[in-house]
Amino acid sequence: MCDNSEKTIIQSKKLNLYYGENHALKDIDIEIPVNRITALIGPSGCGKSTFLKTLNRMNDLVPGVKIDGQVLYRGEDIYGREVDVTSLRRQIGMVFQKANPFPMSIYDNIAYGPRTHGIRSRARLDEIVERSLRDAAIWEEVKDRLNKSALGLSGGQQQRICIARALAVEPQVLLMDESTSALDPISTSKIEELAMELKNRYTVIMVTHNMQQALRISDYTAFFLLGELVEFGDTQTMFSKPGDKRTEAYITGRFG
Amino acid sequence: MDREQMSICCGLSRRRRAYDLSMRSLLYASAAVICALLVFLIGYILFRGIPHLSWQFLSSEESVIKGIEGILPALINTLYVVIATLIIVLPLGVGSAIYLTEYASNRKLVSAIEFATETLAGMPSIIFALVGVIVFCEFAGLGTSLLAGAFSLVMMTLPTIIRTTQESLKTVPQSYREGSLALGGGKWHMVRTVVLPSSVDGIVTGCILAVGRIVGESAVLMFTAGMGMRLAKYGHSFGQFFENLFDSSGATLTVALYNYAKERADFESAFAVAVVLLAIAFVINIAAKLAGSKLKKH
Repeated sequence: MCDNSEKTIIQSKKLNLYYGENHALKDIDIEIPVNRITALIGPSGCGKSTFLKTLNRMNDLVPGVKIDGQVLYRGEDIYGREVDVTSLRRQIGMVFQKANPFPMSIYDNIAYGPRTHGIRSRARLDEIVERSLRDAAIWEEVKDRLNKSALGLSGGQQQRICIARALAVEPQVLLMDESTSALDPISTSKIEELAMELKNRYTVIMVTHNMQQALRISDYTAFFLLGELVEFGDTQTMFSKPGDKRTEAYITGRFG
Repeated sequence: MDREQMSICCGLSRRRRAYDLSMRSLLYASAAVICALLVFLIGYILFRGIPHLSWQFLSSEESVIKGIEGILPALINTLYVVIATLIIVLPLGVGSAIYLTEYASNRKLVSAIEFATETLAGMPSIIFALVGVIVFCEFAGLGTSLLAGAFSLVMMTLPTIIRTTQESLKTVPQSYREGSLALGGGKWHMVRTVVLPSSVDGIVTGCILAVGRIVGESAVLMFTAGMGMRLAKYGHSFGQFFENLFDSSGATLTVALYNYAKERADFESAFAVAVVLLAIAFVINIAAKLAGSKLKKH
């Protein structure tokens, strides 16, 4: 479906997901290109967030979930028997809808991931914390208060702290689950700019309710409806000449 | 009444106003009775007990020959029982609570266990005494000893510790857990680094309240830990501590109070012990409040 010249990092094959009786994802086949921003759009309940969470196996936490089919990360099935979920999540980081910094200092928030994976050296941690905060474009704002609680920051700053926290473990892919939906326009544009910056080194996959956002920053867009992947392709093409009537109806605002 | 004639000043009929007034006076009266009772109770205990309190009373062992009265053994026994009970009940209670809220996936089993702990929490303590005598004193061969008392109190306080710990674990936002797991943390790592630090205030408060229950318990200890007023040979080493737990039996403060009042009709001493217990309860409540607010996350 997507441009053949792109290299794929994540691919799903005949992916089906059930929450008990509810068939939430139906035969999803998608190839997500590396070092690009891919936006997942669609009305509420269409399965886009569910799909995002299958990519780092956060759905494992939901009781009664059943998954069929394959999700390949660099060619390896992430639902395979010998896969270590913790190292998978280290490579595929996630930023949530609501900023969720831990009730600790800013420094400890960023150092949380590296410490989890065994980095103890103070010098090494200092370096990671600074680099991550710089990458998340928040270093200048917080460098003098690293030992203050992260909960004292504004919503937009907290969300960038969460991005920095995710970057600190040096993931390959960054999943963003409507990460700007709770933020004001200025914070939102900062994070959008950040995402465009990050795609040089990371693959970004973002769920968004904001069509303008998808159009502004994503390279590829996937449109989900009622658990199906209706259309996936180059964002510009999709928004100017959608291939499916339903996509057209959605992006022109006739439903959703 | 005609619509136009109705004015705002007779919005309430006389009957409704009388009803309102009488309900209000009833509520004030019940509040006043409670306050009066409380003031009387505390005042009376202080009035009867304080004159008999002295440093000697607190710091010596009683001796009929020398004519000395003292509750040092009871104080020390209380301390022993509190420490021994906490050492056993904390890992057990906090551990089971963590298992129930963070690990267990079988909802039915969890609710069955929760129902059981709730029932246990409401059981009269004399039943724990009975079980304690049979299981710890007789079957386990501990005899009447402080340790048997501590074990029985473990049974009694375990449900409370589990409940309070569970409640405070449940206040930790799910998003903290997700955040930790999404960074590649294992489950125990998540519990240790994020969940426990954010709920430690509630856990500590629960423990302090459990200490209150231990200090206030008498029935269980009369049956299992003994009623003697003698001083255990106490020492400062850890070994001595454990030896005493196995070897000695004796009355804690509440049981000493019973001894004074019921066995000897020495009400002056009984009230003096009551003052000490009151002071301990006061300190425990203050500590629980402080722990709740000081340990609050950031």
